[in-house]
Amino acid sequence: MFPARIWREMPQRYRLEAAKCTKCGTRYYPPRLVCKECGSRKFENYTLPEEAILQTFTVIRTPASQFSDQAPYAIGIAKFDDGLQMMAQIADCEVEKIKIGMKVRLEFRKIQVDGSHGVLSYSYKFVPKWY
Amino acid sequence: MREVAVIGIGIMKWGELWEKSFRNIFSEAALNAIDDAGVDHIDSLYVGCMSGGLFVGQEHVGAIMADYIGQKHIPAAHVESACASGGLSFRQAYMEVASGMSDIVMAGGVEKMTDVSGDGATYALATAADQDYEVFHGVTFPGLYAMMARAYMKKYKTTRAQLSAVPYKAHLNGSKNPYAQYPFPIKLKDVENGVMVADPLHILDCSPITDGAAAVILTTVDIAKKLKKPIIKIIGSGMATDTIALHQRETLTSLKSTELAGERALKMAGKKIDNVDLIEVHDCFSIAEIIVTESLGLFKPGQGAKAAADGLTALDGKIPVNTSGGLKAKGHPVGATGIGQVVEIVKQLRGEAENGRQIKGNPKVGMAQNMGGSGASAVVHILEVA
Repeated sequence: MFPARIWREMPQRYRLEAAKCTKCGTRYYPPRLVCKECGSRKFENYTLPEEAILQTFTVIRTPASQFSDQAPYAIGIAKFDDGLQMMAQIADCEVEKIKIGMKVRLEFRKIQVDGSHGVLSYSYKFVPKWY
Repeated sequence: MREVAVIGIGIMKWGELWEKSFRNIFSEAALNAIDDAGVDHIDSLYVGCMSGGLFVGQEHVGAIMADYIGQKHIPAAHVESACASGGLSFRQAYMEVASGMSDIVMAGGVEKMTDVSGDGATYALATAADQDYEVFHGVTFPGLYAMMARAYMKKYKTTRAQLSAVPYKAHLNGSKNPYAQYPFPIKLKDVENGVMVADPLHILDCSPITDGAAAVILTTVDIAKKLKKPIIKIIGSGMATDTIALHQRETLTSLKSTELAGERALKMAGKKIDNVDLIEVHDCFSIAEIIVTESLGLFKPGQGAKAAADGLTALDGKIPVNTSGGLKAKGHPVGATGIGQVVEIVKQLRGEAENGRQIKGNPKVGMAQNMGGSGASAVVHILEVA
């Protein structure tokens, strides 16, 4: 993966930057240039909360080549308080214990090692909150 | 707009076609369509193909196929909307004839998927999802549909046996289709006994990797009458899009793009879903057929799985779905799938479906629903016997 592809997503993947339409309040992650609800092009950035509720999940057993050393791994969709949802791997737990509705925390993790130069890319994973 | 009819259909045996090249697979189906239509030329060509680039390293697909099917110098375009590329190819050809721009147009589709390894194919198919916010995290297409399946099954208390009824029926129908990749029946229990791909989806919940092509010839109803061909009119065409990322949708248990594309096609046709006699739907995964049949309005939300298990969508059911064997048994050469669906609908409406697959009662109206990605695009067409 060309390093610029990783670098340009850093505000979202490292700092969880999302955007809120200043006119109608619709929230976007990742940010975009125009609001699809009201057409406004003005947004203010905000930082996503670090906790979310798991909506669904699966366990990937036949991954694409760049993830073959990680399989099987769990991946799911979680929803924040403000209604936004995101997808990420679910780490640090036995897959049998994952349940829809469980609370997860976003943690900064290595996602993949790509290409012959071994370019590392980082982002968030969901970690269950058992307590 | 001019009235448009399908006057020729071309298909070939789908499967792992090691001995056949990308260009020859397409040429075989295209020549069959030209022969079936009885025309000596076409004015223009559309080729649906998801990723010639990643599967065989070949782009510029319109030009190469126009040349290899013997139609020198005609306009030709490659259209892409992931797994809905075939449906989109059909829609583009329909619009070109309806508009008066061309009189005889071929809508084709092709994919050559077995020249790459399994994980190479997984990678190529995943390009239909959100690269930066889904695929980056390691999701695959079985994974996306598995997440829909889990959400759906929890919400509606769906059983494993109900889910298995979809591939079971697909293989039963596919066993009667000589062009299918897997023309054999399976047992209901085989589905849950198969290897797990992405929980809760087992291998037989998933459509396969397939080489294949299909082509159809479209012209005006006036020209079709002069050619004395069976006339199957295109009476509705609808397309819709949705967020490319599954997690950005309001719901994980219905498909908005299919709902809208279906409504648009029905409105254009002046029909209701109850007027449709058979449907080919995009059953890339067992859960997809269940949700699609609900989103098209055949069954209420949450009733699709039970309907499949109760046989309502079987060959002799209330509304036969995927008489061809569907993507599951017929195969899923992604760019060709949407055209393959039209081929089956035309066969059924002509009364020509092979090996006892023909549905009873002289069907008059058929629908084809083709879907890209996890539902970010959907194309629906309605055809009627003139």
